[in-house]
Amino acid sequence: MPETSDIGWDPETGSLIREGVEGILNPNDKNALEAALQIREQHGGVITALSMGPPQAEDALKEALSMGVDKAILLNDRIFAGSDTLSTSYALSLAIKKIQNVDLILCGKESWDAMTAHVGPQVSELLNLPQLTYATEITIHNNSVTIKQKLEDGFKILASSFPALITVEKEINQPRIPSMESIMNAYRDKEVQVWTNEDLGADKTHFGLKGSPTQSRKVYIKKVHKGKVAILEGKPDEIAKNLIQLLKQKGLC
Amino acid sequence: MSTGNIQEYNGLWVFVEQRDGTPAQVSLELLGKGHDLAEKLGVDVTAILIGHNVSEIAEELIFYGADRVIIADDPIIKDYRTETHTEIIAEQVFKEKPDILLIGATCLGRDLAPRVSARLNTGCTADCTELDIDKEMRLVVATKPFFGRDLMADIICPFHRPQMVTVRPGVMELKNQDRKRQGELIYIDVNLKEENIKVKVLETVRSVSDSISLEEADKVIAAGMGVGNKEGFEMVKELAKLLGAQVGTTSLPVDEGWISEDKKIGQTGKTIRPKLYIGCGVSGAIQHSAGMINSELIIAINTNPKADIFNYADYGIIGDINEIVPALIKGLRAIKG
Repeated sequence: MPETSDIGWDPETGSLIREGVEGILNPNDKNALEAALQIREQHGGVITALSMGPPQAEDALKEALSMGVDKAILLNDRIFAGSDTLSTSYALSLAIKKIQNVDLILCGKESWDAMTAHVGPQVSELLNLPQLTYATEITIHNNSVTIKQKLEDGFKILASSFPALITVEKEINQPRIPSMESIMNAYRDKEVQVWTNEDLGADKTHFGLKGSPTQSRKVYIKKVHKGKVAILEGKPDEIAKNLIQLLKQKGLC
Repeated sequence: MSTGNIQEYNGLWVFVEQRDGTPAQVSLELLGKGHDLAEKLGVDVTAILIGHNVSEIAEELIFYGADRVIIADDPIIKDYRTETHTEIIAEQVFKEKPDILLIGATCLGRDLAPRVSARLNTGCTADCTELDIDKEMRLVVATKPFFGRDLMADIICPFHRPQMVTVRPGVMELKNQDRKRQGELIYIDVNLKEENIKVKVLETVRSVSDSISLEEADKVIAAGMGVGNKEGFEMVKELAKLLGAQVGTTSLPVDEGWISEDKKIGQTGKTIRPKLYIGCGVSGAIQHSAGMINSELIIAINTNPKADIFNYADYGIIGDINEIVPALIKGLRAIKG
């Protein structure tokens, strides 16, 4: 995901210009990585961090490597640029098929920028996997996984067999902060594999602006202006008296 | 790969979320909005209702704007599960080819909608704040806020059907029921086998809350970073108590741990439309205002005369909440004895 302090958009296509924006790890994805690392500590296994994005997303994957994942793969190809969530999920699902023998896919609940929370469920569908969303706890059993699913006004305990996809809430854990040494190691010794569309063997027409079902027609800044505000002035006691009077007139107190 | 003959797709559908036979309010809000959009296109509104012992609410859905209700009623779909609901919706969509499908962006809806969109190979626009129809193109135009700033995007789904959209609770107005409306009830067969469903619901726990939810409250007092600390909320809570209001907040106090997340109003929280909103030390940036701009009467108290909130407040007080709020508490106590 790009940092949001300096973004632009292309008025021709209406799409966000993400080039030249520094790639950072989505905060919610750190929770997913931490959950994966904790599962590996208890049950073993190999963790692959997978992301799709512009070349600078490699920095985010270096961060994942410094947290302790075993492998990192970046899906990067010019034809991926401008892909919407479904088209992104399609590329990710092909990559997961190529990785092979994946038992568990962990995702952050949603990205910090668009916040659609689409990619987890869409990848599950494209891989025909059970989806367990909004996890605040994950328990691994011999042949199944259970999660505590956070809902608006309570929770559910859901169980499924493997392989499965889980999206995690931020309260599931406190992501570890990599040491300076592990950051140095990640940059010096560890490599982010880059896979292009050729590696995925995908149908090109699925990607980019043209391959995406949803298209932004217009991106614009919206300032909310309702009208002129009436300022209440005076000493605090006078203001309070006038405001209470006003609320009384309107039947609000 | 776009949808084949998109001209075949017709009508607007609303997925109705229900729990123990009570429809979610967001579904009723969407039936009302859907009714307006369908009128512009000259098409019918269909509600799709899934659960067990749910047929009693079908009539209510018609009163709120549905012309037809498709009902799937079976013990196997008593609990919501992504797989079962996706299966039923997809089967009906393949059969009937609706042009538009609206889903409430609740936890359930946000789990279901993207899965359905991937099954149907169509686009879904998440968390829209406005919906309209481009009559010439016969397309849904879905407006959504972006990037935690005052950036908006108008999204369309030109070549895939149905055009899917999710909308958060409270964003669309709940219309009045029209108890004279009539409609058609369509019962469909459910052919799902438990052994084919991968996810099992082992337990469901609902926390019982005795306070009115923010979305339902007539009066809301929001406390922002201006309250300074956790204790600052106590003062605001006292004022709320005297006014019979609920307390809400913005993002940062939640991140600071001063107040629980369910009190957050805005893009990443609740959307409210109370009769009275008082912002105490709230700057009112778009992340917050997106969730409260439709309040009837907006009163803002802030030390910074340039705070965004004064651009849309009805009444403003430029001052320190640590002086104004205690004065209000004193004044209200005096009149209440």
